[in-house]
Amino acid sequence: MRTIISTDKLSKIYQHRDGIVNALQDISLSINQGDFVTITGPSGSGKSTLLMALCGLIKPSGGTICFFDKDLTRASDQELSRFRQDHVGFIMQNFSLIPYMTALQNTMFPLILNGYEKQDQINRAISALKVVGLNNRLNHFPRELSAGQQQRVAIARAMVNKPSLIFADEPTGNLDPALAFDILNILKSINQVEAITIIIVTHSMDAAEYGNVKIRLNDGTVVNIESVL
Amino acid sequence: MNLFNLVWLELGQRKSQLLSGMLAIVLGISVIVAIRSVSIVSETAVAINLDNLGANILVLPQGASIDNYYSADIDSPTIPEEYVTRIVNSTIPGVDNLMPRLSRRVEIYGTNLVLSGILPKNELASKPLWQSSGLFGAELEAACGDNPINESHGYEDEKLQRKAIDSLKLTDCLLGASAARRLKVNEGDVLTINDFELQVAKVLSETGTVDDDRVFVHLHKAQQVLGIPDQVSAIEIMGCCNAISDGLLGKLRNILPDTRITTIGQIVSTQVKTNQLMSRISIVMLIIIIIIGGISIGNYMWANVNERKKEIGIMRMIGFPRTAIYRTLIYKAIILGISGGVLGFVAGITIAWFIGPLIAGVNINPIPELLGWAVFISVLISIVGSLFPAHLASKFEPFSNMQDT
Ligand SMILES: Nc1ncnc2c1ncn2[C@@H]1O[C@H](COP(=O)(O)OP(=O)(O)OP(=O)(O)O)[C@@H](O)[C@H]1O
Ligand SMILES: [Mg+2]
Repeated sequence: MRTIISTDKLSKIYQHRDGIVNALQDISLSINQGDFVTITGPSGSGKSTLLMALCGLIKPSGGTICFFDKDLTRASDQELSRFRQDHVGFIMQNFSLIPYMTALQNTMFPLILNGYEKQDQINRAISALKVVGLNNRLNHFPRELSAGQQQRVAIARAMVNKPSLIFADEPTGNLDPALAFDILNILKSINQVEAITIIIVTHSMDAAEYGNVKIRLNDGTVVNIESVL
Repeated sequence: MNLFNLVWLELGQRKSQLLSGMLAIVLGISVIVAIRSVSIVSETAVAINLDNLGANILVLPQGASIDNYYSADIDSPTIPEEYVTRIVNSTIPGVDNLMPRLSRRVEIYGTNLVLSGILPKNELASKPLWQSSGLFGAELEAACGDNPINESHGYEDEKLQRKAIDSLKLTDCLLGASAARRLKVNEGDVLTINDFELQVAKVLSETGTVDDDRVFVHLHKAQQVLGIPDQVSAIEIMGCCNAISDGLLGKLRNILPDTRITTIGQIVSTQVKTNQLMSRISIVMLIIIIIIGGISIGNYMWANVNERKKEIGIMRMIGFPRTAIYRTLIYKAIILGISGGVLGFVAGITIAWFIGPLIAGVNINPIPELLGWAVFISVLISIVGSLFPAHLASKFEPFSNMQDT
């Protein structure tokens, strides 16, 4: 299996007026294409920071991140944006849908910059919504959808650009266990059917069980990596 | 969907915030457009009048204000018609043509216009007394010599057509071009003014002067209609240039002591000063608007961008580069600028349409170039005001704002 994304001695130091925070220290990992990775760890251990760094949303203080052979730490804002546009989908705990856009519009939002024809954008968005079972809610605004449905729209949006990686920061944190189970199953099937590498941060031990690679962070360092083949 | 749709969708949100942010620009642009519309029309009218009538003398009542050329004879008291005879009898040399008139504001079918009573040429000429004085005789014309100013005395110039009116029946009236338009009447129609019926004998062609907004009737009819018998509000005299420099004004003052006698040139130059003042005011206004409008748009943008931090974070997350964030905000500024300019123009023209006739006695038609300017200035203000908020927005780091709901 090819390594899709890897880090070498990655560190992130936040400058804060109360002093510096070592959010990540010497993180070296390597994730293969098709992996389902779960990252767990206590609050403040640097999970979100790691995720953001991996997709180029925050600049690391040291070390390198490579997407295949490309060194993301040397990339410009344009290049990093392009990387996210083409290769990354992102799901957050608080759904992060745009309130004044319908499910369809939210889903096609990432396609804005790709220069697809309007109809093409719509078709792609509809097929993504089909995967999450929401193609009957195209014109619903987020406030007209249940929490679980909103999160499914977020998943559709994350996969609409056919990314090679989906990052999810506590995607089930706001959902009750049954809905959380649904969402995880959808992610699992995307991982298997579409062969998209998935990296999720989670607090829940049940969710962590979905991963074939389980990473545990504490105080900004990796304390354990467990790979199941 | 494209960036433009995105901006459009977002604009539909928070409408009241948007409107209040644009208020300063719209108001400012409308005031400038109003001032400019009135002064452009007024400047053209003044220029036409100065060219054609500069050497003419106006005999006005003592209390008349000459600050405004247009209303010099409208809003002042009156003088007896008998003064015309007095001038004629005085045999002062250099008096070429006498045009007594009585002008007052009237409302016709709800439209504000000026009614001017004038004496047609044939009646002046037919009065034996006046004829004997050689008012239209070769004698006086010879006295004037080849002065170029006097060349227009043939009244071939369209702009002077009312002076060339040879005859005017007591039951007829003539309409200025814009008066006819506003009243929606045609030649042959009957107009009722203060219960008097008058037939529209002719609609005069457009002159670009105050005459366009006037209704001309026979002087004696005007006195009847207005209920001011035997009075006139002004006597216009076609003087010869050299006669004026020979002290014609002084001689006239001697025989008409309780009047105000001035040349139209003087009055018009007062109007020119007023117009210059108006353009200076509009420059000051422009500067104020650029500052206030820019600040208020900038303020709106800043508030908007802060409220949308999370949204901007999402945009960054799904692959918007900083430049695209910046661009969406500048697009938005352009849309705001264009709408502010257009709204301001429409409001300004509406204001001018109402105040033009009141303050300058002219009717305002929209001036298309002003629309271009209004939009240009408004877009410029809007973009400049948005540069800094847009710059800061493009620097937002998604991390710090993505986690909190
Ligand atoms: N913008 C920032 N400035 C300064 N310190 C920060 C900033 N963001 C995060 N930190 C610090 O970095 C550390 C890691 O934060 P991070 O959000 O990555 O933790 P986390 O593992 O995701 O926690 P949680 O499970 O609560 O979401 C924390 O100690 C936090 O206080
Ligand atoms: Mg976190």
